[in-house]
Amino acid sequence: MNKKLLSAPFLFWSALFIIIPLCMVFYYGLTDQTGAFTLENIKAIATPEHSKALWEAIKLSVISTVICFFLAYPLAMILTGMSTSKNSLIVLIFILPMWMNFLLRTMAWQTLLEKTGVINGILSALHLPALKIINTPSAIVLGMVYNFLPFMVLPIYNVLVKIDPNVVNAARDLGANSVQTFLKITLPLSVPGIISGITMVFVPALTTFVISKILGGSKVLLIGNVIEQEFTQTGNWHLGSGLSIVLMLFIIFNMVISAVTDKDGEANAL
Amino acid sequence: MKDALVNFVDISKSYDGQLILDELNLYIRENEFLTLLGPSGCGKTTTLRILGGFEKPDKGHVFFEGKDITELPPNKRNLNTVFQKYALFTHMTIAENIAFGLKIKGKTKSYIDDKIKYALKLVNLDGYEHRMPDSLSGGQQQRIAIARAIVNEPKLLLLDEPLGALDLKLRQDMQYELIRLKNELGITFIYVTHDQEEALTMSDTIVVMNQGYIQQIGSPEKIYNEPENAFVADFIGDSNIIGATMIRDNLVEILGARFACVDTGFGENKPVDVVIRPEDVMLVEEGKGTIDGVVTHLIFKGVHYEMEVMANGFEWLVHSTKMHEVGSKVGISVDPFNIQIMNKPASEDEEAAKLDE
Repeated sequence: MNKKLLSAPFLFWSALFIIIPLCMVFYYGLTDQTGAFTLENIKAIATPEHSKALWEAIKLSVISTVICFFLAYPLAMILTGMSTSKNSLIVLIFILPMWMNFLLRTMAWQTLLEKTGVINGILSALHLPALKIINTPSAIVLGMVYNFLPFMVLPIYNVLVKIDPNVVNAARDLGANSVQTFLKITLPLSVPGIISGITMVFVPALTTFVISKILGGSKVLLIGNVIEQEFTQTGNWHLGSGLSIVLMLFIIFNMVISAVTDKDGEANAL
Repeated sequence: MKDALVNFVDISKSYDGQLILDELNLYIRENEFLTLLGPSGCGKTTTLRILGGFEKPDKGHVFFEGKDITELPPNKRNLNTVFQKYALFTHMTIAENIAFGLKIKGKTKSYIDDKIKYALKLVNLDGYEHRMPDSLSGGQQQRIAIARAIVNEPKLLLLDEPLGALDLKLRQDMQYELIRLKNELGITFIYVTHDQEEALTMSDTIVVMNQGYIQQIGSPEKIYNEPENAFVADFIGDSNIIGATMIRDNLVEILGARFACVDTGFGENKPVDVVIRPEDVMLVEEGKGTIDGVVTHLIFKGVHYEMEVMANGFEWLVHSTKMHEVGSKVGISVDPFNIQIMNKPASEDEEAAKLDE
């Protein structure tokens, strides 16, 4: 009884800010201007401009997730191998940018990468060719990797520190060299963390519209930008909601696949 | 030392400036069940890890079958380890766990299948091939860990407190299993434990360690009956350790009373320590023993009664099947053969250093 009472604020919160908005998204997504039921808003994803934006978003977020993974895994392994006193400094350096506002960080990159930005200023002072990266997909990938990398490192680090060092020693003891030990023991045992990291990077990267807006200008349109435009500029909430539902279903579909792969459900705990 | 399978020569190791092993020298014969016994932090596990290849000594060399293996990585050593808390691969089935070492070595499938069957039979777990480690009890997991190690036919099996996580009954069963395995396989076992009973039950040779030094090496009987110093006497079983004076050969003065003993060569009027096991203290009628005392505590222990007897200012621990009420006056008598005389160390450091020679 007491415990139920304690959950009341959260239940109130989720009803007000999660359940009701979600119902509204479904209502708008499945009706037209007159309020009649329609699937047109869902089907709209098939139009070339929308499917191109979705495809572009998937492409960039997959690339960012892969880059994050290859940056994060070795880092997590190094952190695992260190004593707590040494690694806390590195973790701090790593987490430090996360304490700053997400928008601010992204805008900082804009200032750095601009045609007349800091990096190009230095390059031209050195008589080097200017960097033409702003307003390209590369800039967006850079922004995504920069912003989401910690979300890949932490879950992987969490599973790696939980692996008993003697399990690794046992593999060495049984004749496996360090590469074999990594491939057969460490990597498979860290799968829950990897899945969790991929989810935590891929999902926000897929749905972002801020990074693509700031670093991609209006040149690169991702599905997030399309949805945002429908709500804020065109004012077509029905279409925006319809596209949101498609995106949501796509993410749920991916989560289900990863949940099936991750039988132990360990990733969910992180 | 020609027949030594393993030879530690002047091994030193320290962590963060703290000395764990100080110039340890030890050789291990083939086909021996040798136990490294000591309290935590005595260096026994470090010794084992150096032999397994998981730690490098700061100084000294380890020889295995006459070859220097100090710099060899663990996967290049012809020995296997059974770890504390089993260290099974939780993402693999039992069969895959056991097959791990054999697959790495590139053995054929039929050879591996035979070996899995053989190993599971050996540890009494036939039919567990397709189970996952998590679905097994602690004792079963430990036996799988042993099976996983022995299928590789190592010359030497290292066991790092393998029974520490098991309950008492299971631990006793596993002790007999291990002795049986050792006899069936004919491989050398090096066993690390802090449990003196485990050590006494299973070992051919016990190495008692403390603070990075070897305190005594010997058979279980020798270690128990003739401890070389107070540390060993205190660590192995219950004992009465009393400061005494050696009057002359075969006569020792304990708490002001003279006892006949069988030890010689300690000189005359020399301070010594004597060890008398509680089961060797005989309680007789008042006045008929060497000294008289009063029973102060009485506990029933099942096999025997445990009593404390205050006599000449010392609380004697006594195990006897005959009960004496608290407050009753008794005489204490000890068979000369059961009085073990030990040199008195001037200080704890000297005690350790002297025994390392």
